[in-house]
This record gives sequence, structure tokens and C-alpha cells, in this order.
Amino acid sequence: MLLSVRDLRSAFFLDEGELWAVDGISFDVEAGETVGLVGESGCGKTIVALSILDLIPHPGRVVSGRVLFEGRDLLRLPPEEMRKVRGAGIGIIFQEAAAALNPVYRIGNQIADVIRLHRGLARRDAWSEAVKVLAAMGIPEPEKRARSYPFELSGGMKQRAMIAIAMAGRPKLLIADEPTTALDLTVQAEISDLLRQIQDEYRMAILIISHDLELVADMADRTMVMYTGRLVETADTKELVGEPMHPYTQGLIGAIPVLGAGSETPLQGIPGAVPDLLDLPSGCTFHPRCRLADDECKLEPPPLEDAAHRHQCACYKVRVQT
Amino acid sequence: MRRENAEPRRSPHRLRAFVPGLGHLALGHTGRGVRLMLFSVATIFLVVWRWDRFIDAFSTPFLDRWLASIFLILMLAGVIWYSLRDVGRIQQSAGEERRGKSPWAVAMRRFRENRLAVYSIYIIILFYALAILAPILTPYDPAAIPDVMANRYLPPSGDHLFGTDEFGRDLFSRALYGARVSLSIGLLAMIIAKTIGTLYGSVAAYFGGTVDNVLMRIVDVWIAFPTFYLMLMLVGVFEANIVVLVLILGLTAWPGTARFIRGEILSLKNQAFTESARAIGLPAHLIIVRHLIPSALSPVLVTAALAVAGMIGAEAGLSYLGLGIRPPTPSWGNMVAAGKDNLLNAWWVAFFPGGLLTLTLISFSLLADGLRDALDPKALMQKYV
Amino acid sequence: MLKYIIKRLLLSVPLVLGIVTATFFIARLAPGDPMDMYLEPQRQRQVDPEVIELMRKRYGLDQPIHVQYVTWIKNVARGDFGESFRHRRPVRDIVAEAVPYTLQLTILALLLDALFGISLGIISAVKQYTKLDKTLTVGSLIVYAIPGFWLALMLIMLFSVNLGWFPTSQTRSMNYEDLTMIGKFLDRLWHLALPVFVLGIAGAAGTARYMRNRLLEVLNEEYIVAARARGFRERTVIVKHALRNALIPIVTIYGMSLPFLLGGATIIETIFAWPGMGRLTVAAVGGRDYPIIMATTTIAALLTVLGNLLADVTYAAVDPRVSYDAPRKR
Repeated sequence: MLLSVRDLRSAFFLDEGELWAVDGISFDVEAGETVGLVGESGCGKTIVALSILDLIPHPGRVVSGRVLFEGRDLLRLPPEEMRKVRGAGIGIIFQEAAAALNPVYRIGNQIADVIRLHRGLARRDAWSEAVKVLAAMGIPEPEKRARSYPFELSGGMKQRAMIAIAMAGRPKLLIADEPTTALDLTVQAEISDLLRQIQDEYRMAILIISHDLELVADMADRTMVMYTGRLVETADTKELVGEPMHPYTQGLIGAIPVLGAGSETPLQGIPGAVPDLLDLPSGCTFHPRCRLADDECKLEPPPLEDAAHRHQCACYKVRVQT
Repeated sequence: MRRENAEPRRSPHRLRAFVPGLGHLALGHTGRGVRLMLFSVATIFLVVWRWDRFIDAFSTPFLDRWLASIFLILMLAGVIWYSLRDVGRIQQSAGEERRGKSPWAVAMRRFRENRLAVYSIYIIILFYALAILAPILTPYDPAAIPDVMANRYLPPSGDHLFGTDEFGRDLFSRALYGARVSLSIGLLAMIIAKTIGTLYGSVAAYFGGTVDNVLMRIVDVWIAFPTFYLMLMLVGVFEANIVVLVLILGLTAWPGTARFIRGEILSLKNQAFTESARAIGLPAHLIIVRHLIPSALSPVLVTAALAVAGMIGAEAGLSYLGLGIRPPTPSWGNMVAAGKDNLLNAWWVAFFPGGLLTLTLISFSLLADGLRDALDPKALMQKYV
Repeated sequence: MLKYIIKRLLLSVPLVLGIVTATFFIARLAPGDPMDMYLEPQRQRQVDPEVIELMRKRYGLDQPIHVQYVTWIKNVARGDFGESFRHRRPVRDIVAEAVPYTLQLTILALLLDALFGISLGIISAVKQYTKLDKTLTVGSLIVYAIPGFWLALMLIMLFSVNLGWFPTSQTRSMNYEDLTMIGKFLDRLWHLALPVFVLGIAGAAGTARYMRNRLLEVLNEEYIVAARARGFRERTVIVKHALRNALIPIVTIYGMSLPFLLGGATIIETIFAWPGMGRLTVAAVGGRDYPIIMATTTIAALLTVLGNLLADVTYAAVDPRVSYDAPRKR
């Protein structure tokens, strides 16, 4: 197993109270596999990514749990070792390339820095290697682009440059946090193609995080659905999309025109909005928005249990049905 | 709102509230109760202690002495009214959660949590009160020159809290009268600067085009001058008395405000809600005024606090150089100047007025900082820090 | 780059013209005529009206105001600010003697400002949420608020009068002429120590505060998280990734701090008997020596414009996002 997250809990300690963005999550990612993490915005997906790298900003932190990467618990690693994992073991790309690229350094330098840090190349070699990486990301005129500053590139190019930086350390796991959300539709397709292509080439695992179930379904072998800091359903992507169990997952699928068109149910969204993480409903946090909810759901949060082969679900009503 | 339906409670606490602080004590708000009681006792003590001056003030033609006595009465009335209202509020909201969620409530709470800012505001209020009450408080006539030989350069003591100067005048009395000059000049000059700046900026933004262009180029020129040089030049041109000095300070310090207000109005003009409001037929200036006030209020408050400090400092600087308020009228600046040549033997002459000045400036700066943190910290940080 | 500088210079021409114009008209706001002021000290003695008329002619005051204005502009363009009422010498010479002293003082104060301000600001930001940060933040607010002239007097009282560590005033010791080159240099620094400290410390406090907030802002940016996620050392993240971004706007702040420094220098120079522009101006205001007041005020404003220009050019040089073709609008 490449990555094993066990009972991860991360919180922000604010003046207004404790905000549990990740509240007891466990999952695995195997080498070379693509795993998707889906949920509406504000449900803690990004914090899962930052927890794995132990980079949650103040006033938040990982409170408990284990993050085993190649058998070592990242949360208990000495800082020097952890630095080697960041970049060389696990790479990450963010939603806004414009914000994640340092505005005052040339693209080539930002890539070469990573290469020098993790692969120990000399300055000159690192630069030519950086140009190669840019070329591998499908950037035309890589030598010229390497000398550009981020503000001189288009949105899609910036995204490719950011992926290039993440790939420069040859990570075994790439975390892609909303990799296409900020982009135009056509560019979105290009970037997801690029991700698939580099996965083939470099044989790494991808943890793809998005609110866009379509994108995740398109890319991931397995998919996990997250709601208010907890996983509510995990399954192989095909099964999850074909036979969703949790009412929330069903709602997400029902909200997608293309995927929902085949079923008898008309296109529909989920009523209500994601609750404030500071002021969560009791029991199953989804119950105020759930069509199946009854009094039982308001008492205790349902545990994530096996509901079918390689298919887990956290819902009392589903357990009763099967 | 939610409290309107609460049935008016009549309880013995209401009566107790007439003695300031007692109601709070009975309700368990000991800290506030003790503070209110101390405040009212101090006020009453002042009235009794200086009864003659308090009463005589009303039969003199001096406006400032009259004001001082009125102020004392207002202080007493104010503390009674406040404790009455506050006790009522505490009773009505007993048991309810008192955490308001409106931006103002949040800002107020954040401000109150900043202890330094709260102390600063206490000090500022205290100094302004001392300045107003100077005719009642001062032990000596600030201008009286007694037997010079026997009284000159007395060090601080019970008789002369801050010592005496080269003419044997009581420095404590002079410092209080100096506070009146310095503090009022600071406040008035700030108001003038902010008013002119706001009007000027609004006119520029309202008319736009060439008018805006010309007006803002004038601001550019004005801002290019080091402010203190402009002030020096103007006090060189005009004979400085208090009124002229207020005008000079106010007239040199407005361009920053003008630039800010203009920018604020222009950005409002371009915002979507202005468009939509105009679409439903609201006149533009009405929309701008209505939205300008909340969006510009917090920066204006913060810069106003800083501007008062700046004005007081500038007045003190000019007076120190002998170009502002001239002796025998005391101002903190010229009092420091009077002591500058005798630091070795009579350090107190320069130390105390300068110390009060410094304390005032620090208080305003901490107050501004507290306001900035309390009101919209993020947006302000980018613009002004 | 050169094109940008030239463009920027041309843009400041109207500003300079405005400054020169403003100085002229403010000076003419005076009730009465400058000659009255000039004659005031001698009023006790009966002055022959013919002499007054002669003086008027000599200073060009018999001309209509627009002619005077054109003459003023012409003369300023030639660097001629007329003759001092008091000193009976060309203003240009008097000011030229004073400017280097002011520049020594302000440039050293700027250095002190930058050195302490930036480093303390960085420490404060890196140690955010600690006692040290709180102390530095509040301390800088307090130092910023202390009026310079009072601080100067208190320091003189402590270090010069009581301890005798620094001179109370003047630019050089009595035995200056006998000193070696190095000795002269050290003697000058010794005399500069207190005034530079008083002048620079308030600015340092302001810079520290600004630097802290800027760095904290930058540390919150996503590219900092991204840099950490790439495995860089925290030191590298702060020094290489955060600091450069945080320092860029500081350049502009320095351009803007020049007018405050020049203003502050007036009082500090007077206190320390430092023969710079500030002391000259204060003395001229006291003596109603208009030609000098007009000259120093104009020059102070021109120095400010120059400072802003330098700041803008430096900004363009250090920030890759500024293109030289379009002048930056603020």
C-alpha cells in the first residue's frame, strides 16, 4: 500500500469555536492507482490533502490519526525526513495556478529549484532538465516558456507549469486538488488528458480531489464521497456511479445532467446547502437535507460500513435496505 | 426587536440604579459597579472640593469656566443615566446570549478585547476631561507670577506636582491649560482636514473628467511638499495665533483624505450594485452616499485618530520651534521648549509637558491600531498599514 | 529601462512646475508686501522712503505680480533663488552649504530605518503569536508615536548631559582640524549618532510594522504553501519565496517616507544645531527671510519628487510584473 490514512482528524481552533474540517477519515491509495475524493465545496476536501502533507495553516492542525506513506507515519516523521517526502514522495497541484506560482521567479527557476533540491543536480543541468519537464507537460517552446514569469502565461499554461513543478520531484503520489476548476471547459479536458498521460508515463498514483463528480468519475479507479469532514460512501467508480447507495451520492449524481440522464429520475439537485462546519447538525450531518431521514438519523452519526463488495456506505437507511 | 415583547419588569433594581453602580453590584457585575461608583464619587468630590469655583463660574463672564462647571454637572447626570440604562439592559438580556452578530457588535467586541486600545481611550477621555475641567482643577493660576526668586525652578512636590518654571509658575496648572490648547487644536484641525478632504474628493469624483483631472493634479502638487515644510512656510507668512494655527494645520493635511475618498467613490461608481440600483431609478449620488458611509467609515475613523495625533504633534513641533503658540499662552510644545536649556538643573520643566504629549500621541496611535484591528482588519491592512 | 526613466522624468515636469508655482503664490499670500517684513526690524530707525523704494526695485517687488511670477520661474530654472534678506548673500550659496548636511542626516536615518525596520519586521512576522512579536508590535507603535523633539531632549539629557557619551549638538569637535581623515570621519559619525537615531527610529518603527504585515500577508499566500509542499526548508521558504515578494512594496514606502524625514529633520536639526536645510528654514521662518523659505521649501518638494521617482524606478527594476512601457498609476 502506497498511502494509508487512518482515522485522520484535523481541526481549526478559531475564536468562534473548534472547526473539525476532517473528522475521522480512513482510506488507502495503492501504487499507480487513481483515487477520487468528491464533495461540495466547504466539506474539508482540501484539508485532507493538506493534512497528508502536514501543511495545515494556523490556527489549524492535524489532531490525531496516522498517515502511512510507504509504511512510515508522516505525522511522526522528523522534519528533515518529511521535507524529502514533500515534493519527492508526494507532489501536489492546486486549484489556482496563478496563486500557487511565485510571481517573482521565472517558471524554469521554480522547476529547477525542485530538481536541485530533490535530485541533487547542478544549476545548469537542473535548468535543462526543467526545460525537458516543461516539454513533457506539452508546453510549446519550452525553452522560451522556462524564461517566462508566471504572469506572462495563459491560464492553461500556468496549470501545466504547476504540474511540471510537482512532477519535477518525480513523486510517487500526485495530489491534484481541483486541478481543472479554475479553467475554461476546453482547457479542462486538456489538463485531465495531461494528467492521465503523465500517470501512464511516470506510473504514479493520483489522488484527485474535486467537487466535480464528472471529472472524478472520468479519471478515478475508486471514488470516495465526503460530506462535512467525513466519508459517506466509497466504492469502485463504476459501481459508485452506477449504483450509488448514500442519498447524498445519489443527490450528487442526480445533479449531473449527463450522468443522470439515463435514469428515470428527473434532473434534481440536493435541497439546502452544506451546513456551517462550526454549527453542524446532530447525528448524521446530512439528515436535514436527506429525503430518507427520520429520528434515528438525528442521534448518532452513522459509521462507514461495508455495504457490498468493495463498497462502503455510512447511512442507517441503506443498511436497513440491504 | 426580540426584546420588545419582553414585559417591562419593575424590580427594586431600578431604584438602586439611581445610585450609580449599586444596581450593577446587586446584579453581580462587580467590576463595572465599582468603576461607576468610583467615577461618581470622584465627580461629587470635585464639586464639593472646588465648590466655590464651581458655583462662581456661573457668575463670571468667562466661557471656559462656565463650560467646566456645566461639564461637571453633565458628568454626574451622564453617569446616572448610563447606569440606569445599563442596569435595565442587563436585566432584560439576563439569560439571553449577548453575542451580537452584526458587524458593529463584532467590531465592538474585538475592540474591547484589545486592552491597550481600551486603556488608550480611557486616557484620551481623561485628558480631554482634565482639559475642560482645568479652571476647576488647577491649584494655581497658570499665568500668575508669584515671588519669582522664592518660587522659580522648584522641583516636583506636593505643592507643585510638576514643579515650577523659571518664572515660578506652577507647571501642573500650566500643563492642564496647555492640554486645552494642544488637544483642541488637534481635534479641530483634524475635523477641518477631514471635511475639506471629503468635500474635495467627492467633488473630484462626482464631476470626473477635466475637473477631476485638474483637482487631482493640485493634490499631487500639494502632496509633493513635505507637510511640515508647508506648515513652516504658512506660519512664516501668517502671524500664528490659535485660530490661524488650526487653519494652517487643517489646510495642509487634507489631500490624503481627498485622494482616499475620491478613490472610494470611483470604485463604488463602478460596482455592480450601483448599476443595478440606478437601473431601478435611484439617483447615483444617493446610492454612493448610502454605500460610501459604511465602506469609508472604518478607514476614516482610523485615519482620524491618527490625524489627531499628527496634528497635536505638528502643533507641538511648531510651538517648540517658537513658531506656533507663543508664550505666555501655554501649549505642551512651547512648555518643552522653555525647559530645553535647563535640562541639567530643572529636568521637570521639559519632561512633564513632553511626557503628557507623548502619552497622548501613544494613546491615539494605540487607539487607531485597536480600531483598525476591530473594524474590517483584512481590507484595511492592505490599504493603510 | 532608460526609456522608462525618461518617460517618468517627463511626467514629473508638470509636477515640478506646480511646486514652483505653489511656493510663489503661498509666499505672496502674506498680508502686505514682503518688504514690510524686511523692514520690520529696522522700523525703529526712520527709513527713508526712497531707500524702501530702492529696495523694492532691487527685489523686483515694484513689478506686477505676473511679471514677478515669470521672473521667479525663470530664476528657479537657472537655480537662482535671489538674495537672502538677512544674510545679504545669494540664497543659492546658503542652501548649497546646508543641503549636504541634511542629506547626511536623512540618508543615514534611512539606513537605520531600513536596517532595524526590516529585520525587526521579519523577526516579528516569523515569530507571530509569540510574546516577542506582541512586544515588538506594541513597542513599534509606541516608538512611532513619541514626538521626536521630546525624545531628542530626553536623550540629550541622558546621554549627553548626564553620561557625557555623545555631544549635545554641533557637527564637529573643537579639535576637528587636528584630526586625521579617519578621526574626522569618526568625529562626524559621533556627532551624527543621536540626531540620526532620533530621526530614524520612528521610521524604523513604521517600517517594522509594515514589513511584519506585508510578510504575514505573503506567508498566507498559496505559493508559500506550495513552496512548503515542494519540500523546501522553512528558511528557504521565508528568505527566498516570501521575503522577495514582501520587500518589493517596501521600496515604494521608502519613496514616500522622504517627506516625513525632511519634515522631521527641521526640528531635529534645530535641536542639535545641525546646519542643514531644516535649521536654515526654521531660522528663516523666524526671521521672515522669504527668499530662503521659498528656496528650501521648493527644494524639499523637489527632493520628494526625486525620491518617488527613484522608488518607482527601483520598483520597476525589482518587480518583473511592471512593464516599462506603461507608467504605473497609483
